[in-house]
Amino acid sequence: MIEQFGRAGFLLIFAVAFPLVPIGASVALGLFRIRPRKPDPIKQSVYECGMVPVGDALVRYNVRYYLFALLFVVFDVEAIFLYPWAVAYRGLGVYAFVEALIFIAILLVGYVYAWRKRAMEWI
Amino acid sequence: MPALLTLITHNWYDIRDLSNLSGKIEQLIRDANGPGWLVFVVSALLGAAGIVSFIGAVAIINIWIERRVVGRMQSRLGPNRAGPFGLLQPVADAIKLMQKEVLQPKVADGLVFSLAPIAFTVPGILVMAVLPWGRNMALANLDAGVIFILALTSLGALAVFAGGYGSNNKYALFGAMRVIAMLVTYEIPSVLALLGLVLFSGTMNLSGIVLFQAKYWMPLLLVQPLPFIIYFISSSAELNRTPADLAEAESEIAGGYHVEYSGMKFGLFYAAELINAVSVSAIIATVFLGGWWLYKVDEIVPGWMIFIGKIYAVYFLFVWTRGTLPRFRIDQLLAFAWKWMTPMAFLNLVLVAAEVLIWNETGVSAGLVLPLYAVLNAAFAGVLIVAWVKFMGPRFSRFPERLRYYSQIDVPSLPAVATRTDGGAPGLAEGRSA
Amino acid sequence: MPLKSEPVEVNIGPQHPSTHGVFRMVATIDGERITDVKMIVGYLHRSMEKLAEERTYTQNIPFTDRMDYLSAINSNLGYCLAVEKLAGIEVPERATVLRVIFSELQRVASHCMATGAFINDCGAWQTPVMYTFRDREKVLDLIEMTCGARITTNYIRIGGVAFDIPDEFLPALDRLVNDDLPQRFDEYDRLLVGNEIILMRARDVGVVTPELAINAALSGPMLRSAGIAWDLRKADPYCGYDTYAFDIPVGYNGDSYDRMVIRIEEMKQSLRIIRQAVHRLPGGPHKTDVPLALRPPAGEAYARIESPKGELGFYIVSDGGPAPYRWHVRAPSLINLSVLKEMTVGQTIADAIVTLGSIDINVGEVDR
Repeated sequence: MIEQFGRAGFLLIFAVAFPLVPIGASVALGLFRIRPRKPDPIKQSVYECGMVPVGDALVRYNVRYYLFALLFVVFDVEAIFLYPWAVAYRGLGVYAFVEALIFIAILLVGYVYAWRKRAMEWI
Repeated sequence: MPALLTLITHNWYDIRDLSNLSGKIEQLIRDANGPGWLVFVVSALLGAAGIVSFIGAVAIINIWIERRVVGRMQSRLGPNRAGPFGLLQPVADAIKLMQKEVLQPKVADGLVFSLAPIAFTVPGILVMAVLPWGRNMALANLDAGVIFILALTSLGALAVFAGGYGSNNKYALFGAMRVIAMLVTYEIPSVLALLGLVLFSGTMNLSGIVLFQAKYWMPLLLVQPLPFIIYFISSSAELNRTPADLAEAESEIAGGYHVEYSGMKFGLFYAAELINAVSVSAIIATVFLGGWWLYKVDEIVPGWMIFIGKIYAVYFLFVWTRGTLPRFRIDQLLAFAWKWMTPMAFLNLVLVAAEVLIWNETGVSAGLVLPLYAVLNAAFAGVLIVAWVKFMGPRFSRFPERLRYYSQIDVPSLPAVATRTDGGAPGLAEGRSA
Repeated sequence: MPLKSEPVEVNIGPQHPSTHGVFRMVATIDGERITDVKMIVGYLHRSMEKLAEERTYTQNIPFTDRMDYLSAINSNLGYCLAVEKLAGIEVPERATVLRVIFSELQRVASHCMATGAFINDCGAWQTPVMYTFRDREKVLDLIEMTCGARITTNYIRIGGVAFDIPDEFLPALDRLVNDDLPQRFDEYDRLLVGNEIILMRARDVGVVTPELAINAALSGPMLRSAGIAWDLRKADPYCGYDTYAFDIPVGYNGDSYDRMVIRIEEMKQSLRIIRQAVHRLPGGPHKTDVPLALRPPAGEAYARIESPKGELGFYIVSDGGPAPYRWHVRAPSLINLSVLKEMTVGQTIADAIVTLGSIDINVGEVDR
């Protein structure tokens, strides 16, 4: 198994090198003065439809979907729990089926509760 | 070296399958009493080089495909000036982007800003490692392949978030926040959709899933149409493609997360989007359409050709939806995932579990049970979708939606609009002199 | 528990892909939801109303082209009607019918543009706008055939129209009106009117109540979407519109979707009018001779027409000289835009863009 991950690791090296090639070419063009580099304050300001931006962008942003994020944690962990069950399912028989049904039913209660509490709406 | 040459010339018909070539080279090294690690390194390098060259070709060709196909859909020609049929257009684009001045806002977080496009490219390429390109042609034959691709496909969103948040631009901030919202929403349906497939085929190894389909002569798309729909929609949300391209949202937030990027960094975002689209198409082609397997055809045609054909069939679907559909609003998109796709994926999971149980316990032959399940699941998917639209579909206040038509209208008695031609409009002379 | 968050003030425009020109909207946004909108116009101001006071009445016609450049003929028509009213000029029958034909053709072109751009604002990736542009091009071909220009036509003149139609015009018009465009409009019906995503995006977005519509003096599709049957072609007929049989589509909800559907329906009604007009097209001269340096008697006149955007009014005061003493334009785009704040506050950014698209402003007309 570790050998297989090692093979994927070789691809990781290539995958990191892949975007570095055009970036490197771009940098090289800059070194050869083919690519212009004439910074000025207007160019280096952020784009806001041609106006001078008012205030900073990194503010305390109202994340209206934070309840989704909470639900996500619950459901994602639960889905990952189900993966080993799914792989071993054929060997386990009716017992595993019923048990998974109970597991999903418990989750479903939470799901319905969240729905009724309007957690799944953009506030 | 001469040995390698004879290897290629004598086994040219085997080179169509990279695994054969790799096996031959391994054999060669073993015969020469080479060390074991060399065998490993050479075969891994060969596979990785093959995948990266495919990705490189994809990044170039898909720009052309995307623009030409969408151009046809929009009743225009698309790029046709650079080279025959405009084939050199992506090359021209790349050269142009490399020459452009790289602008970076002073207030941006430089390191995050620069790393984001690179981080966006990597996962899309890395996904390809576990996908089988032929019978024994997966670079890494991971047993946890499905988990591997699920982990990697959601990484791209983090890179987008980094780029958007690092830009210190308000539009990019909105784009970044939307990306995270879509990530936490669409991860669950896609995980659950693939869970059904794992349950059905009984393995998380992607080669195993393909072999399962090859064994029973049944692409999982037919047996499990609902997960296909769910996975397609949620992956198009994760890819930022048009029904769900909220992070980009050209018409709303003017490009979103990549609004500050220019030059080759922007080019990387652009290319990586296409690479990610191809990776997701490859995942769908593998788990739903049977990867390199195509009935008896894969005995004649090399598996990777079939696989690439299937990738592009799925990719065409992505381009098609992009050329056809308008964009959702963010709250609609999230509600769609939570209120429709998640419960449906759960229901589908229960149904599949029951089906597998029945199949396993009764021991009915697969030839009988799989077509039955295909019909059953298609009907189930149809009923669920129709029922959802009927009972849970979007409700609009204040119907009816038909228009009224008036051929006569009542004109309230307004003071008549008078034309004064009697000379002195009041205040005329003073106005002129002032 | 209220979340503590800082509202972000964002400029949407002037250089933004979907402000239809250089309109600027400063939105205060609290996590995607708009809490305040300031509208800033004037980036395309060319001071036409003042410039016109130094030019003769005929020289002013090209200014009207450049106001609403998407429906130049309608702007021409409104201005010429005002001058004719002021100077008491009779227009030949053929010219009146030609004016109706071209004004309705221009309405089709303008509504094509508005519909396509609106769907583009809904987030479609250029496809609908390409389709509607294809049809708009066909209409513009006909206009070009007659007057040589496609956008800034300068076609309708004081006392008639500039050129008579060429021989090949009527067969081409017949093909367009009877074969080509009806098929296209059915296609719009299938693709756009029943589209679920467009329904979700545009229904209940940017709602104008009837009271608001009347109080803000809205006109055109904005007013009709709110459920008020008002169309100057019926209410205050000009160019003999009262003798044509056509219907006014009126919506119920006052939302963006109604405005889109109304535009598509109005295009169909325009074709009806064109068909009747072609039938009754008389012979005779296409214009009366009007002196180039027209000197209308001192006085004032207000003429209004139903332009694609709404009520386009021209108020002209003459002091007897060759140039208007005062020239004021009641621009429907500007007045329809004035309710943007009421329509968008409380909605998300995406809705604000859809709302702005559904108003169908033309910044050339907003700023003049």
